[in-house]
Amino acid sequence: MTTTIKNNLLDSILSQVVSNPSFSELRATSRLLLEKNGLPAIKEEEYKFTGITKKLENSISDFSLAKKSDLNSKTVQSHVFEGFEGDILVFNNGFYDKELSSVSQNGYIFSLITDAKPELLGKIAAKEKDPFVALNNASFQDGVYLKIPKNQKVENPILFLFLNQSNGGQVIQPRILIEVEENAEVTFLEDNISLDDKAYFSNTVTEIKVGQNSQVHYNRLQNESKNAISVNNTETDIHRDAVFTSVVVSLSGDMVRNNLSLNLLDSGCEGNMYGLYLLNGKTHVDNHTNVDHTKPHAQSNELYKGVLADSSRGVFNGKIFVRQDAQKTNAFQQNNNILLSEDAIVNTKPQLEIWADDVKCSHGCTTGQLDEEALFYLRARGLGKEQARGMLLYAFTGEVMDHISDEAFQNHVVNIVQTRLGSNF
Amino acid sequence: MLTIKNLHASIEGTPILRGINLEVKAGEVHAIMGPNGSGKSTLASVLAGREEYEVTEGEVIFKGKDLLELAPEDRAREGVFLAFQYPVEIPGVSTTNFLRTAVNQVREYRGLPALDAVKFLSVMKEKMKLVEIDQKLLSRSLNEGFSGGEKKRNEIFQMAMLEPTLSILDETDSGLDIDALRIVSNGVNQLKSDKTATIVVTHYQRLLDYIVPDYVHVIYNGRIVKSGTKELAMELEEKGYDWIKEEVNAASV
Ligand SMILES: Nc1ncnc2c1ncn2[C@@H]1O[C@H](COP(=O)(O)OP(=O)(O)O)[C@@H](O)[C@H]1O
Ligand SMILES: [Mg+2]
Repeated sequence: MTTTIKNNLLDSILSQVVSNPSFSELRATSRLLLEKNGLPAIKEEEYKFTGITKKLENSISDFSLAKKSDLNSKTVQSHVFEGFEGDILVFNNGFYDKELSSVSQNGYIFSLITDAKPELLGKIAAKEKDPFVALNNASFQDGVYLKIPKNQKVENPILFLFLNQSNGGQVIQPRILIEVEENAEVTFLEDNISLDDKAYFSNTVTEIKVGQNSQVHYNRLQNESKNAISVNNTETDIHRDAVFTSVVVSLSGDMVRNNLSLNLLDSGCEGNMYGLYLLNGKTHVDNHTNVDHTKPHAQSNELYKGVLADSSRGVFNGKIFVRQDAQKTNAFQQNNNILLSEDAIVNTKPQLEIWADDVKCSHGCTTGQLDEEALFYLRARGLGKEQARGMLLYAFTGEVMDHISDEAFQNHVVNIVQTRLGSNF
Repeated sequence: MLTIKNLHASIEGTPILRGINLEVKAGEVHAIMGPNGSGKSTLASVLAGREEYEVTEGEVIFKGKDLLELAPEDRAREGVFLAFQYPVEIPGVSTTNFLRTAVNQVREYRGLPALDAVKFLSVMKEKMKLVEIDQKLLSRSLNEGFSGGEKKRNEIFQMAMLEPTLSILDETDSGLDIDALRIVSNGVNQLKSDKTATIVVTHYQRLLDYIVPDYVHVIYNGRIVKSGTKELAMELEEKGYDWIKEEVNAASV
C-alpha cells in the first residue's frame, strides 16, 4: 500500500546526500524505521482522517530538498508583522539564513545544530511515534539550537520566520531544538509564510526542553498558501514546576498536520494547549495533541476551537494519558466547532487513558452551527447580518487568541482573523 | 404609525397568527394580553422580523413602508425595537461592545453622524441612569449570568440607546420584583413621547398600573378577540381568561 511512496518520496529524500554527516546514529536508526514502516497510509489509526501520504504523492513531483532562494532583507521585513520587537531567525526554505536574521543573543545562546551537535537532539521527539519525525531525523539539512541559561529571562520574544517556496525541490525540512534551563523565561513566536503559491511539503520538528520552574510560551501562526502541505511535530519535555503554553492558529494551507506532545515529567508542572483553526476552501487541518501526565500534582489545559466554511475539514484528536503515579492530576480538554457550510466536516475525538484513581479530568466537544437566536438578537438591534455574524464568530474565536502571549503578535493575528470573519471568509 | 391588516403567520406549517388587525398611532400605548400560547410573542417576533415565521397572509405598514419586506436590521434602523421575552445570552460579546456598532449603524441609516467613543460613553452614562444599570454589567458577556431583572433592565437600556419610534415589550415585566418593575416602567415612561408608540405584551395587570395603556387587546388563538381600555385589564385580572375563551368558542360553534 505504501510501496510507491517508499520508492518516490522516501527513496528520493533518503538518497540525497546530507550535507553534514553528524548524528549518524540518529539518522541511521530513523532511516531503518522508515524503511520498515514507510509513511502512514490512510489505514493507520493516527492518520485515518488525514491522507497525508496520498496528498504528497499527488501534489509533489520533485521530492528533492528545496534550496535556499534569493531573498533580500526588504522581502523579509515585509513579512515581519507590525510592532514586532525582538530577534528574528529567518528560515529560507528551511535553511537558517544568517544574513537575513538578527540574533542579538540577549539572554540566550544561539548555534547551528550542525555546529553545536547537541546531545539532546532527537531525544525529546520520539521517532517511533510519528514517521515524519523519523523522516526529519534522517534527512534534515539545517536547524538551530537555542539555549536559555539558568535564571535568565529573555526580555523580547524570539521570532522564527519560516519563508517557504519551492525552489529546486519541494521538500523543506527545518529542525529546531530549544533548551530552557532552570528558572528561565522566554516567549517564541513562529510565522509560516509562503512566498508563492506552488505546492511544497514542509516537515518541521521542534523539540523543547522546559527546565525546572521555567516558563515557556510558544505561539505559532500557520497562514501558508492554499497549496502548501505541512507536517509539524512539536514535542516538549516539561520538568518540575515548569509551565509550557502553546498557541497554534491555523488559517490556511492545503493540508496541515500538527502533532503536539507535552510530556509532564514531574510534579507541579503545567501544560497549556490552545488552538484555533479558521478554514475555508478545501483546507484540511488536523491537530493531534498528546499530554502525558507522569507524576502527581500536574495540570493540563486544552482548548481548541474551529470555524469551518466551504468544504474545509478539521480534525481534532486529543490524547490525555494519566499514569498510575500521576495522582491529583488536573486535566481539562475542550474542542468546539462551528460549521458554516453543509460541506464542511469536523472529526473530533477525545482519547483519555487514565490509570490513576484520584484525578480530575474533564473533556467535551461540540460541533454546531452559528447560534441563529444570537444572530437575530443582534440584527434586531440594528447590526447588519454580516457584521453580526462576524461579531459572533469573533467572540467565539477570541477566547483562544487571548492566550497569545505577545501583544504585537496577538494584534497581528486578531487583525487577520477579524478581516476574515468580517468579509464572509 | 403601524397598521396591521389580517396578519396570518405560521411556523413549520402550523398557523399561529390567524388574522390580526391592529392600528397604533403615535403617542399611544397598547397593551396586549392573553393566555399562554395564544400568539403574543409570535406577533412581536413577526414584527421584528424573526425568520422562522412565515407570513402567509396580510400586511404590516410601518410609517408608510411595507415592514414585512425589510430585513430585521432595517426594521430596527427604521425605528422598531423589540424587547425580548427571553433575552439571548452571547458569550464573548458585551453590551457596550456591540451597542456602539449598532447605534452607529442605526444613526448612519437615519442620516445622523456617528458617535465617537467619548460621545457614545456620555450618552451611555445618561441612559444608564434611566434604568439604574451598572457599567460593569454592560462590559460583561451579554446576558450571561445576568439575573432576570438585569436582563430586562439591559433590554430597556438598549431601547433607550437606540431611540426607537415603536417599542414592543414582550413580557418585560415577567419575573420582576416590584422595585425592578418600577425601575423598568419608569425607564419606559420617560422614553415615551407624542412621536413614539409602545406595545406592551403582558400577563399581569400590575404592569399597567405603571405603564398606563390607552388600549388593551386580548389575543386568543391567534386573533384579537377583544379590545377595550384599561378597565378590560382589570376585568381580566379579576375573572381570568375563561370567560373570553367561552365567548370565543361559543361564537365559533
Ligand atoms: N418555534 C416554534 N415552533 C413550534 N411552535 C411554536 C414555536 N414558537 C411558538 N410556537 C407555538 O405557537 C403558539 C404561540 O406561541 P407564543 O407566540 O410564544 O405565545 P405567547 O407569547 O402568547 O405565550 C404556541 O402554541 C407555541 O407552542
Ligand atoms: Mg410569549
